Amino acid sequence: MYAFTYHKPTSARQAATLLAKKEDAKILAGGHTLLPTMKQRLASPSALVDLGACADLKGIARKGRNIVIGAMTTHAEVADSAEVREAIPALALLAGHIGDPHVRHRGTIGGSVANNDPAADYPAALLALGATVVTNKRKLTAEEFFTGLYETALEEGEIITKVSFPLASKAGYAKFRNPASRYAMVGVFVAKRGSEIRVAVTGAGEGGVFRWPEAEAALKARFAPKSLDGLKHTAKGINGDIHADPEYRAHLIGVMAKQAVAQATGKAG
Amino acid sequence: MATVSLTVNGKAVTANIDPRTLLVQFLRENLRLTGTHVGCDTSQCGACLVHLDGKAVKSCTTLAVAVDGASVTTIEGLAADGALHPMQEAFREHHGLQCGFCTPGMIMSAVDMVNRRGHQLDEKTIREDLDGNICRCTGYHNIVKAIAAGAEAMGKGTAPVRQAAE
Repeated sequence: MYAFTYHKPTSARQAATLLAKKEDAKILAGGHTLLPTMKQRLASPSALVDLGACADLKGIARKGRNIVIGAMTTHAEVADSAEVREAIPALALLAGHIGDPHVRHRGTIGGSVANNDPAADYPAALLALGATVVTNKRKLTAEEFFTGLYETALEEGEIITKVSFPLASKAGYAKFRNPASRYAMVGVFVAKRGSEIRVAVTGAGEGGVFRWPEAEAALKARFAPKSLDGLKHTAKGINGDIHADPEYRAHLIGVMAKQAVAQATGKAG
Repeated sequence: MATVSLTVNGKAVTANIDPRTLLVQFLRENLRLTGTHVGCDTSQCGACLVHLDGKAVKSCTTLAVAVDGASVTTIEGLAADGALHPMQEAFREHHGLQCGFCTPGMIMSAVDMVNRRGHQLDEKTIREDLDGNICRCTGYHNIVKAIAAGAEAMGKGTAPVRQAAE
């Protein structure tokens, strides 16, 4: 790891001031992507601004028809939250299957969303549930926020403060995990809110998380696993690597989508 | 340099460190607590597990300076008054180790599991929750047995396994 100066502000506002002053500074959240990257010398920020002491970035609250999660809330806290479990059980389930128990004690929703790893779990939940990413400057829909492979709409010095998830009438998440990294080889989040149905796929797309319109249309007719019978996702634009080629991943999208719908409708085996 | 103050195994420590010092380096090199191991160094294997304010974390992926003010428990901090912790005793009794490299992390993971899930742990739960611990000897069978027994012993507040053996 290359040397850096370390800063620990106690509020998002202080953090923003520091980020504006320090050239080439990076934000440290849970550190479970940034620190390994720095250890490999693939990143060498001159300064780290640790958000760990920003109390205003932590916590989970139910606000009307939304669950609002502070950016520095850990995966374990989301998974164990009574509010999240009651309001959007699929979201608690997703958080409880990120990495392993020890990673979940440190990793944060803000860090995961800002990194936009193409195999991360949260982006699928944000896109399917129609979440809003709130920063210290503005509010962005999930579509506006996730712009490509490890790319987001975040500007220099912009800090995610919270993520707001509207409640869904039905939601489910299924993922086929890479057994070593525990990242999603394919993960599918389905959500039904009023008449709107969204199917979001992570782990598979060359450009990161994406929606599957054909599955959404099929589920609109009837929100049941059977509605996806015979529906195949194309292998075009799907990732291939040593773990799975594009055809296999494309097949998994259909399988995981069905499992997610089964879970959402309480029919999971 | 940065100042870091921690409570490690109940003792207050303060040191001036380079901000890039990982928690595991600080424990091993500054405090000479070498029971915490570095296995993969990429947050996969869990040999470096310690408890940070009561929760198991990977100390190879945590900056020491970032946990200033926290309370850290390492494998050296489990045994009290010369008697093995019930989970350590269960690993001994059930031979939950082969080469022993992963053992400190396995035991810290097991105690964390009990803290989170209670004293009655079935095999499926244990295996799932051991997701973040890798045994390079692949000796999981006895590790799982040891954790189930250790969890129960922790519930009784004693080490009945040892007493039975004597």
